[in-house]
Amino acid sequence: MIVAVDGQLYEIVLLSLQVSLTAVAIATVVGLPLGAALAIRRFPGRQVLLVSLNALMGLPPVVVGLVVYLLLSRAGPLGELGLLFTPTAMVIAQAILVTPIIAGLSRQVLEDAWHEYEEQLRSLGATPTAAAATLLWDTRYSLVTVVLAGFGRAAAEVGAVIIVGGNIYGVTRVMTTAISLETSKGDLPLALGLGLILVAIVFLINAAAQIIKSAAVRRYG
Amino acid sequence: MLPLLLEDVSFVAGGRAIIDRVSCELEVGPRTVILGPNGSGKSVLMRLCHGLLAPTSGRIVWRGSRDRVRPRAQAMVFQRPVMLRRGAHANVTYGLKLAGIPKRERDERARDVLDAVGLKSVADRPARVLSGGEQQKLALARAWALDPEVLFLDEPTANLDPGATREVERIVDQIHGSGTKIVMTTHNLGQARRLADEVLFMSAGRLADHAPVERFFAQPSTGEVAAFIKGELPWS
Repeated sequence: MIVAVDGQLYEIVLLSLQVSLTAVAIATVVGLPLGAALAIRRFPGRQVLLVSLNALMGLPPVVVGLVVYLLLSRAGPLGELGLLFTPTAMVIAQAILVTPIIAGLSRQVLEDAWHEYEEQLRSLGATPTAAAATLLWDTRYSLVTVVLAGFGRAAAEVGAVIIVGGNIYGVTRVMTTAISLETSKGDLPLALGLGLILVAIVFLINAAAQIIKSAAVRRYG
Repeated sequence: MLPLLLEDVSFVAGGRAIIDRVSCELEVGPRTVILGPNGSGKSVLMRLCHGLLAPTSGRIVWRGSRDRVRPRAQAMVFQRPVMLRRGAHANVTYGLKLAGIPKRERDERARDVLDAVGLKSVADRPARVLSGGEQQKLALARAWALDPEVLFLDEPTANLDPGATREVERIVDQIHGSGTKIVMTTHNLGQARRLADEVLFMSAGRLADHAPVERFFAQPSTGEVAAFIKGELPWS
């Protein structure tokens, strides 16, 4: 059954990876510096921000989908861009979903490292920016796991992409939305096949990252 | 930038005076060892001097420096050195880069100083896989490369075996010989005898004695000092 739908399947898998990886890349670029700033800086309102960030980590995808839908719909503030029901809209929604996860988890990793490094870095005269860069580099192996957690979330969610993407065949259909559709149509073998592929992809990416990480830790301590 | 003047310096945390009205002056030249039992405030006093902590009251002034609050030409070596996740050589150049030294000179200085502390053969090894003694020597090299006028050392041999301790002491002596003022804490009396020119004795946050090393050991100024010297000797 997987062989039979080869061409169609290939496109769906490719689009899924494109959307989720792009969203995770954006969320990483935004989330890691945010996590570092929260780990190092002490400012009024920091506690409130931390609580909000932790709450946002559990943001329901359908809510994110709905909000992005409202923003991008014809009558919405960003309606003129014509992004609704495009892969770009799906990337936006997933990036919003994943950024708090990467920022929140990296904040924890970086704050632990900061406890260890703070005196030494301040003694050497590091500015907060230099200290943040050093922490990000020195915790790189742990941060790989953080980014993977974000990728897992993006690749697995269906609520946001189905609302803002519309599950249009050949345009915005990804693995999760296809599984959802095939299940409701009653084509359970196809849905199950897609599900297996999705799980296998997530599994492989995690395994590869884990192997790289433990090899690096063994080598560099 | 010396002398360093402490005027009525107190540091209060959690309602407790960890440093209690300490006044003294540290001059160019003599190796200063801060002695005292655990919890007497040695490490906190050193962090106040280095500028990592700000006094709750009192003043700390670098009288010979234009930047009287926190001049740059000082460095500190901690009891447990923080090794950055990169090679030994890169750990040294990291500090030099923060100090604004140009790249070419960074590499040269790092090579020289690693050679001087005996770490030439492990210069490219990841710092975190080095032994405890090697890590502390690397921390010394990282501080020394900055060519500081004053080097603070907080119990630099507390976690080391006798062999590594001897080497660290040799390097501290070398750094002193190169013209850097040494200020070091220890609770090890033998080490104080070997390395000190003058002793600051801390007790319960107060500066209980400030004397040349011979006088400190030969004629204890108070019963407290005498008891410390007597009580500690068997383990020194």
